[in-house]
Amino acid sequence: MAQRAVAIAPRWPGAAAAALVLVLTIGTLAAVGWRAEWQRGLSPADWAAIRFTVTQALVSAGLSVLLAIPVARALARRRFRGRSLLITLMGAPFLLPVVVAVIGLLAVFGRAGVVNSALAWLGLPAISIFGFHGVVLAHVFFNLPLAIRLILQGWLAIPAEKFRLAASLNAPVGRLLEWPMLRRVVPGVFLVIFLICLTSFAVALTLGGGPRATTVELAIYQALRFDFDLGRAALLACVQFGLCVVAAAIVWRLSLVDTMGTGLDRVVQRWDLRWPVLDYLMIGLVALFLFTPLCMVVWRGLPGLALLPADIWAAAGRSVIVAACSALLCLCMALALALRGGRVMEVVGVLPLAASGLVVGTGAFLLVYPFINPARLALPITVLVNATLALPFALRAIGQAVDEVARDYSRLGASLGLSRWGWVRIVVLPRIRRPLGFGAGLAAALSMGDLGVITLFAGEAQQTLPLAMYRLMGAYRMEAAAGAALLLLALSFVAFWICDRGGRGNADL
Amino acid sequence: MQKSIYLPLVAGFALCASGTVAQTPVLQVMTYDSFVSDWGPGPAIEAAFEETCGCDLQFIGTGDGAALLARLQLEGPRTEADIVLGLDTNLIAAARATGLFAPHGVTADLDLPITWDDPEFLPFDWGYFAFVGNAGAEAPTSLRALADSDIRIVIQDPRSSTPGLGLLMWVKTAYPDSAADLWADLADNIVTVTPGWSEAYGLFLEGEADAVLSYTTSPAYHLIAEEDDSKRAWAFDEGHYMQVEVAAKVAGTDQPELADQFLAFMVSDAFQSIIPTTNWMYPAVIPEAGLPAGFETLITPDLALLLSPEDAAAIRDTALDEWRNALSQ
Repeated sequence: MAQRAVAIAPRWPGAAAAALVLVLTIGTLAAVGWRAEWQRGLSPADWAAIRFTVTQALVSAGLSVLLAIPVARALARRRFRGRSLLITLMGAPFLLPVVVAVIGLLAVFGRAGVVNSALAWLGLPAISIFGFHGVVLAHVFFNLPLAIRLILQGWLAIPAEKFRLAASLNAPVGRLLEWPMLRRVVPGVFLVIFLICLTSFAVALTLGGGPRATTVELAIYQALRFDFDLGRAALLACVQFGLCVVAAAIVWRLSLVDTMGTGLDRVVQRWDLRWPVLDYLMIGLVALFLFTPLCMVVWRGLPGLALLPADIWAAAGRSVIVAACSALLCLCMALALALRGGRVMEVVGVLPLAASGLVVGTGAFLLVYPFINPARLALPITVLVNATLALPFALRAIGQAVDEVARDYSRLGASLGLSRWGWVRIVVLPRIRRPLGFGAGLAAALSMGDLGVITLFAGEAQQTLPLAMYRLMGAYRMEAAAGAALLLLALSFVAFWICDRGGRGNADL
Repeated sequence: MQKSIYLPLVAGFALCASGTVAQTPVLQVMTYDSFVSDWGPGPAIEAAFEETCGCDLQFIGTGDGAALLARLQLEGPRTEADIVLGLDTNLIAAARATGLFAPHGVTADLDLPITWDDPEFLPFDWGYFAFVGNAGAEAPTSLRALADSDIRIVIQDPRSSTPGLGLLMWVKTAYPDSAADLWADLADNIVTVTPGWSEAYGLFLEGEADAVLSYTTSPAYHLIAEEDDSKRAWAFDEGHYMQVEVAAKVAGTDQPELADQFLAFMVSDAFQSIIPTTNWMYPAVIPEAGLPAGFETLITPDLALLLSPEDAAAIRDTALDEWRNALSQ
């Protein structure tokens, strides 16, 4: 990580954000462990769960990143009508609550889905989505768009001047510019997706097919809900952190420092483009893979909209408020950490990914309970936890941009005698608008769809939209639940779109 | 930007408003999520009880029955709940072990297919687990026949859901010595195992499976609420395992009289007549007006299976291992 020549930004906000993240991750884990009566270690079944979890996460993350590279490349160097819309829409799958995404995937790949109908029409045998491949398929569906967006940002961060220089020298762009960029960006993206898949619970359980597809998160769930074995839950949460640490350590060894230099943000004019058909084919296939399930969610949900009960709107309003607060908080924390920089930021920025939502919720409950009735804090705690859990994504988007600004402009800033706040306001913020908007959008949408903490804390009057959707399903109202899912999809997407749009401004992406 | 600064304030005010307590005494009932939803029994029961008690009845909803118990164990003796409602017999042993509950003291003529004499836990409804499939499709008549068929089913994970745990107990009571073999034969019938009831039922309605583990009363919902008679519960020769849902008084309650009043109300006609078409289970006491029209079409098993809370707790780990080993092959 770049060492700054001069302290150019205030340091305490970063420290405060780091402290908050530590309390909510390690602190909650400690709270659970503290209350535990330690009994026994890991069972053979736990080890099997660990093996399955790591294997599927490796395969899912590997596939997501491998597929994302050519698509990001195609998007980076082609200009076409609707490109901007397409890139925004690509955010959608990642923002979906799991159960909604599963509905969409089943409508395409399920027994009565589009693919099997087509296969039957062609007289071919049906495919089943359930099993290891189903888990991987769902994880790629979720994370491919995120990988594309993050890698695309890497491409767009290569200064246009570099391409022009390469063009004038007729030098190989791939080897000189793109390969070094990928080596720098891809390990981090892989790590983020690997960790997302590592902590996956509902996808693996629904599409996994049975006990073979047991994840560590399920073992934690069982320990907490059915056995009330806090010791085992804490131990398994430690295992999850351990896996994260190992993965992070490997990735840091692979990561390289950026050597691109500074540009003037011009639009890239590429001269080396042949074979446009291949690029468009890639984009088309990925769009088909990502958008067909989404269209099915919309299609299934439309009739349900008319059946929605009146109080769904209050729940939706609550979700919107939670999402807005959580995005704002997440953004402040990410900015504070990014300006602080260094290893602390990197570690703190990955920790929430490795945390088990259930352990965080339980630990927060234990921390809060001695002082106040947790039901009163349901929404603030949800905001806090959601902001923290979304932090790694925001930080991944913002951190690199802030580092680049610091490296390229800190001497200029120092020579102009800018105050610390002035530096942030005048130099940093305008230059990181794009990742800032992207990060805020992710945080808002993730928070909108979250159904982790709220279930532990919620009282009667605090249901959010995802909770309302689950309650509809629990009352057999599947069609209305599909309507609620569509509403949730729409709200998540609009939240993401507003932030992302606002962040992009007139920048060309 | 200004708008976003306001939002935490708005959220804060909303919370304060919901937190203000009126002068009337408050009775807090901790229960599972679907009980308090608009379509569950919660709202109607709240209205009916508040007519007579001169109190404010508040529900605290937390996930499912297992989450309810975990929440209670987290809170321990300092819980603010006065009543806990929604545990089932598989969870009673663990609940009793917390020592948090007081005797209910209610003597009521319960209409359960079994005798009930638990001093602390009082049933408010019950049902039979059953596989629910489509009318007109092949319907096996036993767990064994199901295992030997090619029928595709969805079940719930016993490690994360109460119906999943119920099926484990069902197989274990029907086949005490050969449960592992039955699971081995069932393995190829199971499309997938979901984390909870909602996901499984959704998969079944989407056509991913021929049947789903649910309750004999599930077809009543489709018939009464949707006027759809296309769902059938399969009657099995081995008998059907029961789920008995219970409530209990928290020993440390600050409203002991109100709590007693609520438990007595719970087995009264006013409460029990709400249950069938909101919780879609059998009432613990048949209401004076009888069961709602449509319930007479449901199958009624000849044999009701149920383990005592202690037996259920004792065999759980063995049953879970058998299940996991058979399905991991």
